[in-house]
Amino acid sequence: MSTPVGTRGAEYEMVVERGKIAEFAAAMQSQNPAYAGPGAIIPPTFLMSSALWAPEGAAVDVGFDRRRLLHGEQEFIFHGPPPRAGQVLKVSDQIVDRYEKPGKRGGMMRFAVVVTEYRSEDGTLVAEARKTLIETAPRGGAS
Amino acid sequence: MQVQVGEKAAAREYGPLTTRMFVRYAGASGDFNPMHYDDALARAAGYPSVFSQGMHSAALLASFAVDWLGAENVRRFAVRFREQVWPGDVLTCSGEITAISQHESGLLATAELTATRQTGGIAVSASADFLLPSSALI
Repeated sequence: MSTPVGTRGAEYEMVVERGKIAEFAAAMQSQNPAYAGPGAIIPPTFLMSSALWAPEGAAVDVGFDRRRLLHGEQEFIFHGPPPRAGQVLKVSDQIVDRYEKPGKRGGMMRFAVVVTEYRSEDGTLVAEARKTLIETAPRGGAS
Repeated sequence: MQVQVGEKAAAREYGPLTTRMFVRYAGASGDFNPMHYDDALARAAGYPSVFSQGMHSAALLASFAVDWLGAENVRRFAVRFREQVWPGDVLTCSGEITAISQHESGLLATAELTATRQTGGIAVSASADFLLPSSALI
């Protein structure tokens, strides 16, 4: 089944935490001082960790076969300086596009684009994450 | 900081990468797909070993980019996943400024970035925008 374009997930809250930023900075082998201390800001790809805050079922499911699922592209957009430790963000997913392309070995590859919005408590859009998911064509070329 | 189109960052190496690094990224990001740390499971699924999360390589490339153009300045970071990355791989990160445009609050510099494996294959490529002070233009 394919969830239609426009489908929105439930909104949830993400608290930007100093310890989580330090943990993420260590995993990205960064000693950048911007990621340390009480005024730490988030690294460019840190918003991937918002999934840790999502309650069961809040993330939209594009309905692709997990065995043929690829993460094609991932984009982060910041509408100002990156959020910092202590900020509370309101997070929600939305499916914004779906399309198909012929696979290299026959069959159809399916694509879905999911945008996650991050809003401050007053509703201002502060960041967006745009994820392109790919379902490869079924084996044997039949689709 | 001063920038111009065509300017390149000094390349930086990350690695040799280890399964321990993939585990650390799994904990930091919450991506616990076992293909990145359970070697027996990865081999049973037909892979030669565990392999890095694409977003782990992307995070290393982001680490390189912010040390060059400023952590506070990032406004867009877009990555494309190309080749899988394995334990023992060394990723070389490089970048070049490809466009600069005037923006109401400064200069928007666009950089094209790559993390290249020791084989020469590109693991991840990225396009990123950084908002710099107007005084940054050479």
